[in-house]
Amino acid sequence: MNLRVRLRPILFIAALLAAWQIAIHRDSVHLLPGPWGVIGGIADLVRHGVLFKYIVASLFRVTWGFVLAVVLAVPLGLAIGWYRRAEMAFNPIIQLLRPISPLAWIPIAILWFGVGDMAAIFLIFLGCFLPLLLTAINAVQSVPAVYINAGRNFGLSPFELIYRVLYPAVTPQLIVGLRITLGIAWLVVVAAEMIAVNSGLGFLIVDARNAGNRYDLVVAGMVMIGIIGLLLDMGIRSLGNIKSSRWSYSED
Amino acid sequence: MSSMEALVTPSALQTRTKLRAEHVNMVFQRDGQKMAVLEDINLEVGDGEFLCLLGPSGCGKSTLLNTMAGFLSPTSGEIKVDGEVVRGPDPRRIFVFQERGVFPWLTVEGNIGFGLFKLPRQERERRIAHYIKMVGLEGFEKTYPPELSGGMKQRLEVARALAVNPDMLFLDEPFGALDSITRLIMRGELLRIWEAERKTIIFVTHDIDEAVQLADRVVVMSARPAKIQQIVTIDIPHPRDISSPRYLELRDGIFKQIGLAHKV
Repeated sequence: MNLRVRLRPILFIAALLAAWQIAIHRDSVHLLPGPWGVIGGIADLVRHGVLFKYIVASLFRVTWGFVLAVVLAVPLGLAIGWYRRAEMAFNPIIQLLRPISPLAWIPIAILWFGVGDMAAIFLIFLGCFLPLLLTAINAVQSVPAVYINAGRNFGLSPFELIYRVLYPAVTPQLIVGLRITLGIAWLVVVAAEMIAVNSGLGFLIVDARNAGNRYDLVVAGMVMIGIIGLLLDMGIRSLGNIKSSRWSYSED
Repeated sequence: MSSMEALVTPSALQTRTKLRAEHVNMVFQRDGQKMAVLEDINLEVGDGEFLCLLGPSGCGKSTLLNTMAGFLSPTSGEIKVDGEVVRGPDPRRIFVFQERGVFPWLTVEGNIGFGLFKLPRQERERRIAHYIKMVGLEGFEKTYPPELSGGMKQRLEVARALAVNPDMLFLDEPFGALDSITRLIMRGELLRIWEAERKTIIFVTHDIDEAVQLADRVVVMSARPAKIQQIVTIDIPHPRDISSPRYLELRDGIFKQIGLAHKV
């Protein structure tokens, strides 16, 4: 039973791949390379030693942009959420900046940082910063007052109150926010690499098209982006399995 | 005024005064409108006394309890504990919320040890073990609250409060969310703990039977703005026979005072 349940998605994917391959065979107009072509493309990339290099380049940028955003946005968001007045001051700016896609910042990123890693990291940082800030603000504001009152009742100093009550109380919501934001970072890095740098998986896709319409490499790049995105999501989701953070207010 | 004084001064109280409310008024501002919640509350609570604040839902008895605990400051008047004006919450006086007050990110042990961070490790562990036993949570030391029943969470919160060895406990409808059987058991447990530790307990409830079963004195409060209508001394020793004529007489007296006929 369990095995069958586990096999089901694998069988479904295999069927889709087979259908894809058959469709490519029947239609000589090459709208897409077939699965074999894509596998060949991936093998090509490995042979030329660029696949691993590009993956590392993309992950490097995502890591820096994401980590910088976490380090700045989470404490700032917790502070803004804690002080009502700060929230009233910051909220209009946040709401104004929020609808601006991080991609709209590409020209400014290149103007400030030139073509290179810094521009891409900056764009990823921008894409992560506001969603994380909003998550942290909302997380603080949804902490039930009883936890704060109980903490104060036991004689905690303001610092202890933040460390022993506020921080654990917001953790489950922060983990959800981190997961969504890491997904955004992975989306933004591909777009940023198409324009602002000359390495990475995003660059691979644009370069493969420009340098000779190698659509097998384009799709190979897309497949790699999908697989790595999935692995990143699985990694961050495992944070949510830590027992002390696996609860939510609605359970009570 | 003098008749009022006579009403609020505990007659059957031999011990010294622990908490005193003097002309406490509370006015909330909501949408620019002033709303009086507490009106001239004068009350003395003796050391080691079990006092129930009884009144209809939303009358302001929880506000009074929060004011006594230092979470709210009165608009005018003062709350004094041991002769000192209350200026904020204090670990010597622990507030027990409904079961929602336990921290879901800490185990049973972690919750009970929460207020013991200043103690050396050995003493902390000794106290945690002692109170786990007292509230009957042995075997659940490493369990997280979402896996506990409502009654267990409530006992956990009482244990967390007792572990810091406070002089006073404030309980705000602590058993309100429990089913009626668990509620009865919890009342017995609370009395057992109170008799063992002799803390001063102020207990808010809207359940007349609960008040008469537990309290030394029942403070009957009016609808908002809450005033003290009457203070009833429950002169029945524990364990109380809830079908005895005296019990029924006291209970029915309070029913009448609140303006409820008790026929359904």
